[in-house]
Amino acid sequence: MERDYDDIPGTYVFDGRRSRQGYALNMFCMSLNDAAHREEFTSDEAGYLDRFDLTDEQRTAVLERQWLRLLQLGGNIYYTFKLAALDGLTMQDIGGAMSGMTTAEFSDMMIGGGRSIEGNRHRGASA
Amino acid sequence: MRIVGGVGTSHVPAVGAAIDLGRQEEPYWAPYFEKIQPARDWVAGHAPDVCVVVYNDHASAFSLQLVPTFALGVGARFEPADEGYGPRPVPTVEGHPELAWHLAESLILDEFDITIVNEMAVDHGLTVPLSILFGQPEAWPCKVIPLCVNVVQYPPPTGRRCHELGRAIRRALDSYAGTDADDLTVAVVGTGGMSHQLQGERAGLVNPDFDAAFLDALVADPDTSRMRPHSEYLREAGSEGIELVMWFVMRGALGDEVREVYRQYHVPTSNTGNGLIVLEPVDG
Repeated sequence: MERDYDDIPGTYVFDGRRSRQGYALNMFCMSLNDAAHREEFTSDEAGYLDRFDLTDEQRTAVLERQWLRLLQLGGNIYYTFKLAALDGLTMQDIGGAMSGMTTAEFSDMMIGGGRSIEGNRHRGASA
Repeated sequence: MRIVGGVGTSHVPAVGAAIDLGRQEEPYWAPYFEKIQPARDWVAGHAPDVCVVVYNDHASAFSLQLVPTFALGVGARFEPADEGYGPRPVPTVEGHPELAWHLAESLILDEFDITIVNEMAVDHGLTVPLSILFGQPEAWPCKVIPLCVNVVQYPPPTGRRCHELGRAIRRALDSYAGTDADDLTVAVVGTGGMSHQLQGERAGLVNPDFDAAFLDALVADPDTSRMRPHSEYLREAGSEGIELVMWFVMRGALGDEVREVYRQYHVPTSNTGNGLIVLEPVDG
């Protein structure tokens, strides 16, 4: 079913559709709140992921740190950020990675006032 | 019991990190911390005994396993959460179980079906606003009643529902007859926002015009602005800007008329447009 926010560009609203798709993926990320789990994951990433019912695509996206793909596969940013933080990355790092910019470019954009709403309201539109 | 006022503020984790790591004087952060000083002065001057802090959990105490729309902390203490990179080095949050239980009972009988929470860790959504208001004390100078609102799993509650919950909190506070009721002073803190989007190709979105209009309408005409549909927040304020619905809980608790004491707006803190507003009730 179409939603009234589906035409917002570059935005993955974490609704029921995405929550169903990403439940196992997000619960894997949630497990990283525990320091012992972080250690276990770090020492054997693939083996640790076997504990969760991920699709092959989700598994690859985790192992290869495909930040945008993780959202497209049902990940929620607050969950996937736990994986990023484990890698020592900041929100600027993955904000840049998801939007095709370097961290420096992304940080400069923020210092310049952030990404403008103009041209970013509707997919395929300029207003 | 007396409500001394309300504060709306962003709760971006980078602000907490700047305080924890002593970076307030650095060029990136100094302008922001200058702008929040009047709010710190205001709260120090009023020294509320209790702060009801309306915030959201970010996959810390609650995961997708269980997503309460409104969860009220009635416990005696709440520890800082490990959000995936260790807990913040901040004091344990002390609750106010007698008042919190009164709120829980009153709200449920007033037809707000809140979730009662005895034990939960509290993440940056709650502790960063405390750091913004109080800095780095050995212990927080007030009791805190956490009111956790789901804004992570879509859909969050509507602005209207949040505003009505705030009004119900006010009714509950006014009927409090606990052992300390006579002299008790309370502040209500609404947190989150302002415009920001952390995710996707549109990450980094900030919309100062939306944020200014949001604040103006929050003060002057909440009965109209609470009807703003979720899709408008998502589109205009970014996917995480929808946290702003929580400010309506604070606004509702202050009564129909408020006096704006102070506001600041600053871009950027991390990936966000950062706002703060201090309001006082006119009738109290």
